[in-house]
Amino acid sequence: MSNPALVDVRDLRVTFGAGESAVHAVDGVSFAIEEGESYGLVGESGCGKSTVLRALAGLNARWGGQLTVAGDALGPTRTVSQHRLMQMVFQDPYGSLHPRQTVDALLGEPLAIHRVPDRDRRIVEALERVGLGASFRFRYPHQLSGGQRQRVAIARALILEPRVLLLDEPTSALDVSIQAEVLNLLDDLRRERKLTYLFVSHDLAVITHMCHRVGVMRGGKLLEETTVGELLSSGPRHPYTRHLYQASAGYDRKLADTAAALDAEEEVFQ
Amino acid sequence: MTILSVRDLRVSFDTPHGVVEAVRGVSFDIGREKVGIVGESGSGKSMTGRAILRLTPRKARVSAEKLELHGQSLAALTEQQMRQVRGRRISMILQDPRYSLNPVTRVGDQIAEAYLVHHRASKQEARERTLAMLDAVKIRNPARVYDLYPHEVSGGMGQRVMIAMMLIPEPEFLIADEPTSALDVTVRMQVLAILDDLVQSRGLGLMFISHDLNLVATFCDRVLIMYAGRIVESCRAVDLQKARHGYTRGLLESLPRIGEKRDRLSVLERDPAWREAPAIDHE
Amino acid sequence: MGSRSTPAPTTLRAWLTAEVPSSAAQASLQRAWFGWLRFLGNPLAVAGLAVILLLLVTAAFAPWIATHNPDAQNLAVRLQPPSAEHWFGTDQIGRDLFSRVVYGSRITLYIVLLVTVIVAPIGLLVGTIAGYFGGVVDTVLMRVTDIFLAFPGLVLALAFVAALGPGLENAVIAISLTNWPGFARLARAETMIVRSSDYIAASRLQGASAARIIAKHVVPMCMPSVIVRATLSMAGIILTAAGLGFLGLGAQPPSPEWGAMLSAGRRFMLDYWWMPTFPGLAILLVSLAFNLFGDGLRDVLDPRSE
Repeated sequence: MSNPALVDVRDLRVTFGAGESAVHAVDGVSFAIEEGESYGLVGESGCGKSTVLRALAGLNARWGGQLTVAGDALGPTRTVSQHRLMQMVFQDPYGSLHPRQTVDALLGEPLAIHRVPDRDRRIVEALERVGLGASFRFRYPHQLSGGQRQRVAIARALILEPRVLLLDEPTSALDVSIQAEVLNLLDDLRRERKLTYLFVSHDLAVITHMCHRVGVMRGGKLLEETTVGELLSSGPRHPYTRHLYQASAGYDRKLADTAAALDAEEEVFQ
Repeated sequence: MTILSVRDLRVSFDTPHGVVEAVRGVSFDIGREKVGIVGESGSGKSMTGRAILRLTPRKARVSAEKLELHGQSLAALTEQQMRQVRGRRISMILQDPRYSLNPVTRVGDQIAEAYLVHHRASKQEARERTLAMLDAVKIRNPARVYDLYPHEVSGGMGQRVMIAMMLIPEPEFLIADEPTSALDVTVRMQVLAILDDLVQSRGLGLMFISHDLNLVATFCDRVLIMYAGRIVESCRAVDLQKARHGYTRGLLESLPRIGEKRDRLSVLERDPAWREAPAIDHE
Repeated sequence: MGSRSTPAPTTLRAWLTAEVPSSAAQASLQRAWFGWLRFLGNPLAVAGLAVILLLLVTAAFAPWIATHNPDAQNLAVRLQPPSAEHWFGTDQIGRDLFSRVVYGSRITLYIVLLVTVIVAPIGLLVGTIAGYFGGVVDTVLMRVTDIFLAFPGLVLALAFVAALGPGLENAVIAISLTNWPGFARLARAETMIVRSSDYIAASRLQGASAARIIAKHVVPMCMPSVIVRATLSMAGIILTAAGLGFLGLGAQPPSPEWGAMLSAGRRFMLDYWWMPTFPGLAILLVSLAFNLFGDGLRDVLDPRSE
């Protein structure tokens, strides 16, 4: 690789529990994301995609392997400067904003922690950046719609001006018309601010729309890694990816039988 | 042949901020077919399904010019008679089976119970019926699954159990409210296939409530699109891509699609006229 | 929801119900305003609040409300039934019972507030720390809590008072010692729910310290249930204080503490019914009021109700 990747994940392993009942949630996953790139991880629930994200974010300290961000090897916990480098947007806009804090307090907190000056100006700017405007500043989360909440969450993630944004199914709890608005916003922000995205989703259509490269995960492993261009031109190689691909077009009686076959294969596999 | 006939169904709530109308005059007929009701959150699609079974919250005011099952008025029934309709003649499948199953009773016993409530039969007969039903929803080892507790079954298995439980009293009509939204795609396909086969082989009517346009277009026979408590457009499912209403078009265009690389997704511009304009019907 | 029509409002009301608050103070006052409107919808809770306000006013203006000196003895009028001169009658040494009940409200309020001020912060601190950190910290703190919880409150208070000696201050300490574990348990349970939420994760991602997260995020989420619990336990505190007074271990004579008055009146109950009845009614009324008020608060403060 010519220039070193901004985010480098090498042989990441995360195990929950121990002994007989141990679950290898992430089982030796490696990938690299370059600066300004948008990388998608796609897979079904329990495939380990969110666990990868949480290990990178520092929400789960028990992992094995090597994580490097901007040339800086990450330890089990994050330093203050590492926090500023990487921020996350969560799936559920109802759960990720503190219900008793106004938008102003939510956005002000990271500034207070990192002793960033110019609080008022930055908060108003952050709100305008996500298309909300200053009138939302003193509202409580329960006074906002799902889409507006997710915009506030994005504003909070960006207020420290990180280089990497970890996106954990940021639109799967939203209606499709709102999803389009939020995806457009994320796309614009990435271009304007040269952000690097790690985008996790179960929806292959969203991933192909938002990302340059895709990793397909199943059972804690990375099954297939490809660029979106290649995926669209020559189609998926792995049968599981092919199934995800076809399923995103909707219901098909014949697909159900391949799905059953895939499940049966997994049962043998276990 | 029409199974369920609804005319001018309305549901409203009194709130401290005034009256909120959740459903504002919905009319449709459903026969032996799969009819999808699509809309975004707040469109009134779930409330429509609940109002038919009189499962709306107590505060809700429901009215309908006509609400008939096989020509029999449901609105005229007493609460006790309504209980005979619920489950026995119209069943409802909800989004997450984990919340619909009793956590301390074996799943098999719950299905058998659903049968015994509406049929006079011995325990043994109910058990046999249940095992046959579990087999019908493609559960490989019915005898083993019969003895499991709800927390021991996966999401997909749980939804099959729910379908078994809802179909064992042999209803004529099925309301499914986002039955596969909590499921992964591989599992979703299988659950839908089971539903598809059973609806066809038993000649049921199915009202399939969903937010997923692609799914409804490919799974159902007809589609009703709801917006702000009204049906704004109805069409054959295969024709959904040719929808004419601004709202339906807007929804379709805001969906990201594989193989169609667009720089930006088009954003739905809501037209206030949609709230009142008459529905577009092209069937 | 669509725009709602507000009737032509007074300026304050308009400010309180404005769709777009323009400052943090306005936002929190609006929140309080809507909470108050909800509270008014519960008549029993409002009645409870009215009695509590009456108690506060009585305690504050006791010298003006009381008709006699509560400690003045007048053997000439001993054991008088209620009359125009002595509204609640007099006791065995001729003291005016109405005035004593009025002054007794000060003692009751003093005990209730002091105990709450001591107990709620301790319980909150122990509970949130145990709940947030979990593991060994949790185990140690919770076992200590369990030890205190293993004894019935009054029995433990009795033991403490026996060791510390009778008196009002010691009664307060004893009641506090028996009361904090409940708060700790409650705060811990709330913390365990809050701890795993995404907004705590988001704070951790921003680099917030554990102390900051507990103080700024966890405690505000525990406050509603702690406040409700404190209000509901005030009834229990009043009863325990009265119980200690009744047993002669709380406030000492001639202090007009309601429990002690009840205890003194007990010997005269059959012939002079008014002696135990009025202090007893006061205890009943005030503890009932705190219970009703607490229930009403629970509905208003519950974060799930928004």
